[in-house]
Amino acid sequence: MVDLALPKNSRIKVGKTWPKPDNAGDLREFRIYRWDPDNGDNPRIDTYFIDAEDTGPMVLDALIKIKNEIDPTLTFRRSCREGICGSCAMNIDGGNGLACIKGIDEVKRAVRIFPLPHLPVVKDLVPDLTHFYAQHAAIMPWLESRTNAPKSEWRQSIDDRRKLDGLYECVMCASCSASCPSYWWNGDRYLGPAALLHAYRWLIDSRDEATGSRLDDLEDPFKLYRCHTILNCSQTCPKGLNPALAIAEIKKMMIERKM
Amino acid sequence: MNYRTDFSRVAGLGSAKDGVRHWWFQRLTSVALIPLTFIFVFAMGSSLGGGHQSVTATFANPFIAVSTLLFLIAGFHHLQQGLQVVIEDYVHSKRLATGCFVLNILLCWTFAVIGIFAVVRLSLGIIG
Repeated sequence: MVDLALPKNSRIKVGKTWPKPDNAGDLREFRIYRWDPDNGDNPRIDTYFIDAEDTGPMVLDALIKIKNEIDPTLTFRRSCREGICGSCAMNIDGGNGLACIKGIDEVKRAVRIFPLPHLPVVKDLVPDLTHFYAQHAAIMPWLESRTNAPKSEWRQSIDDRRKLDGLYECVMCASCSASCPSYWWNGDRYLGPAALLHAYRWLIDSRDEATGSRLDDLEDPFKLYRCHTILNCSQTCPKGLNPALAIAEIKKMMIERKM
Repeated sequence: MNYRTDFSRVAGLGSAKDGVRHWWFQRLTSVALIPLTFIFVFAMGSSLGGGHQSVTATFANPFIAVSTLLFLIAGFHHLQQGLQVVIEDYVHSKRLATGCFVLNILLCWTFAVIGIFAVVRLSLGIIG
């Protein structure tokens, strides 16, 4: 059956509370999930305090400040710090999103930060995305064509290009898939909202010639139809995209080719 | 630890080339059940408290009898499909899931046929 409780070695314990900064103008509390694979201990929640007046506005700024000035062992992924690389996806204040575009002031209470839910943890806030990336690769995220490649670019009408808006912007941060209960329970077989959004992006690309075989590959009770329109994906997407709509459009295409 | 590649794990046993029919019929029966449920509840409700005769009289009406048959067929089909999804979602042991699938299909068919048999007998006046 589905495991609703955490296994014994994953139960979260109370961790260390780090000292508060002196003379802080705007003291903010951060409770952060910590787990180190090397010491065999259970995960714990460490509490940090920073002066928000002396920190950049985003949650990622706070994390970097903590790592630089308080606890250098805190581990997280980050790169572009402007919502384009998708590295710093984590669970902040109960919702998945990118730490770099989530304002500290958007959270009123202590800022609770966990790794993306229901993925294996590598260390602290770093989840293992191996399977997630393999699912993305499985939907063949590239142009498939049998027609000889044109001398210059593949041409596309303005209207056809417009169909890719709201899809091509996905940065594969995994916030949506990690927020989806269907992906939690059946992520081994269900492709998840991110991979399906990318699948749709290629299904409606006017230049792609593999629409039929792409649909063939998706036509499966688990790969596609585990989506029960829970809509957590669209709710949580830090880029404001709508994976649930993309999945609904795939389901419509499935019906369309039967009738 | 196993040494399967990530891609082989994702590919699994490949696509079942199935699921569209299930999805379509689930929606179809949902829509059909809206009027059918109303008719069934209204028909049953109107004959309540009237005793055996009033029930047989209600189901002697061909419109009510046919609506009730459709209600039973759509309802149990919908129930079977819905439960199947629940099992697929939450039961992860292959053996247990297979057992549940078999039980689900057999029970839904059995109850549907019992219901259909009862309505046919009532409406044709086989029992007085």
